[in-house]
Amino acid sequence: MQAFLFWCFALLMLVFGAAVVLNRNPVASALSLVVSFLGLAALFVMLDAFFIGIIQVLVYAGAVMVLFLFIIMLLDLRAEQLRKINWVATAGGIIVALILLIQIFTVVGHFKMAQRPFPPLTRSTIDDVHNVGALLFTNFNLPFQVIGVLVLVATVGVVVLSKREVR
Amino acid sequence: MVTLGHYLLVSGTLFTIGFAGVMLRRNIVTILMSLELMLNAANLSLVAFSRFHVDLTTGLPNYNAQVFVFFIITVAAAEVAVGLAIIVALYRSRQTTHVEDINALKF
Repeated sequence: MQAFLFWCFALLMLVFGAAVVLNRNPVASALSLVVSFLGLAALFVMLDAFFIGIIQVLVYAGAVMVLFLFIIMLLDLRAEQLRKINWVATAGGIIVALILLIQIFTVVGHFKMAQRPFPPLTRSTIDDVHNVGALLFTNFNLPFQVIGVLVLVATVGVVVLSKREVR
Repeated sequence: MVTLGHYLLVSGTLFTIGFAGVMLRRNIVTILMSLELMLNAANLSLVAFSRFHVDLTTGLPNYNAQVFVFFIITVAAAEVAVGLAIIVALYRSRQTTHVEDINALKF
């Protein structure tokens, strides 16, 4: 049952991930991205990471997606018209991506520990918000505050970037 | 039986799809979406390793990786916001989102 669900969600994620790249219309790409991230959130839940699964849905399917659709609407992007394709560049991109894929499969195939099944959990991870939060405010307190500064800088940067220039 | 290797292969395939999108697409908004796919592929392998490395004393997964994923999601959200603001500023000055039209630095 778990294997069946794993392959369902993994295929959902990969098919819609490919649809993001293959669609010519940016709105269709953005909506495929939502479905792909929902499949990914389901995989997180299958790995007993409930908190990560939920923030994945909240942040990506909620905030990031609205931002993408809003920008597509603001710029009034239509489906790309066909331009002259640079076949050398396209072939080069496909070859480099295939080499990367073959390398990943080779490395994972030679990684003996990865053939072992997941060890069972002795306790339920239903309260992992508590566990992640405790770790975040003890061991990772400094990175957490640095990330706060980063978000502040990003906010200020976005405001400055989208302000109209004063003539 | 689903093993760690299956999750790593799925994660690697998703990363490659995002990488191919960055290499092949010419619309800058779609390139940003492909970047998001690559970041999330990294998240998937981190969470899989977290579940694989069960702490023997507590019997819980290793939460360090999940905190790391939390940071990656925060950085990715900030990156999307800044990236889209740059795209809007670029569109205002050049009226295009096609990367081949933006060739001021091209040799």
